[in-house]
Amino acid sequence: MILLELFFTFLKIGALSFGGGMGMISLIREEVLGHGWMTEADLLNMIAVAESTPGPIAVNIATFIGADEGGIAGAALATLGVVLPSFVIILVIAALVKNLLKYEGVKAFLGGVRPCVIGLILAVAATLGLGTLLGIGKIGDALTVDWRGIAIFAAVAVSAAVLKKIRKKPVSPIVMILISAVLGMILYPIGV
Amino acid sequence: MSKRKKILSLFLAFLKIGAFTFGGGYAMIALLEAEFVTKRGWLDKDEFLNIVAIAESTPGPIAINAATYIGYKNAGVLGSVAATVGVVLPSFVIIYVISLFFDAFLSLAYVAYAFRGIQVCVVWLILSAGLKMLKGLEKTPLNVCVLALSVLFMLITSLFAVRFSTVLFILFCGCIGLAVYLLGLLRGGKGAGK
Repeated sequence: MILLELFFTFLKIGALSFGGGMGMISLIREEVLGHGWMTEADLLNMIAVAESTPGPIAVNIATFIGADEGGIAGAALATLGVVLPSFVIILVIAALVKNLLKYEGVKAFLGGVRPCVIGLILAVAATLGLGTLLGIGKIGDALTVDWRGIAIFAAVAVSAAVLKKIRKKPVSPIVMILISAVLGMILYPIGV
Repeated sequence: MSKRKKILSLFLAFLKIGAFTFGGGYAMIALLEAEFVTKRGWLDKDEFLNIVAIAESTPGPIAINAATYIGYKNAGVLGSVAATVGVVLPSFVIIYVISLFFDAFLSLAYVAYAFRGIQVCVVWLILSAGLKMLKGLEKTPLNVCVLALSVLFMLITSLFAVRFSTVLFILFCGCIGLAVYLLGLLRGGKGAGK
């Protein structure tokens, strides 16, 4: 049943999303593609919406997929699922094991998880980049280069670096999303 | 302040945080500190830093972690429920409403073009989030090996369309960390496990 499936899928994601918002992208990608809930392009659209609306990205993504697949009940269950593990873990820490982080074993375990999560994020970025810009979803796919996409990628990377230099602080993702939207509207309608 | 009032003010304070922090994560830390340490004095600075450390090493969004912890410290379990619901509610409502109109919105030609551009930008956002975390990672042999292994794992499973659970893989990497630590203890004998 879709509602239970949404709840348990997001419970699993919530329990293992170390490393903040982007840390869960690899898990979410695997689940939504595996369940056939979304295509890779849908996933990227949804991340953009989650980044440009207030609130934790994880919650935004859960609500969005839940609503898409199971209406308001789906949205509520997916959101509950993604929040519940954090809630329970923190409650246990706050109430019982105040110095969980002082245990060397816990530190050692997290020491293994941290580089893993970073590696997964980088690899997901590479996979999504190959799919979006070069049309390669898996080995054997024909190369279809999206030159306009590559131009937008370069423009976004350069303008982020320049804006950061000028403003002396990291640029908000929303600004970058707006820039890329304008570039998309200019470049994609041009027939090639 | 009566307990009921305290719970209500926790709810409202986190409702505000949930409604006005964009981007999540680290943008939120500064806001939480301003609201709860400086302005309201519900937490002292040390306790706040402790929460940040806990939030960073437990799964889940930092906003949820902070809401649950601050809510519990100030008004028990009910307080933690009120704060957590408060921080989640704005996202939930906003995203639910957007999801109702999103497909119709995307069917407009120029919106679709804009989103093709945005998709490229999201790839860049994910990449730069990963690179930023990479910069902060100590380059110990263990970290470098696990990192390389994870990149390979993810690329191979997606490019060759092999299905292997990422969840299991993350747990496996945690166990590698634990095993390396235990091996160090064994080899170094008692008390030498740095």
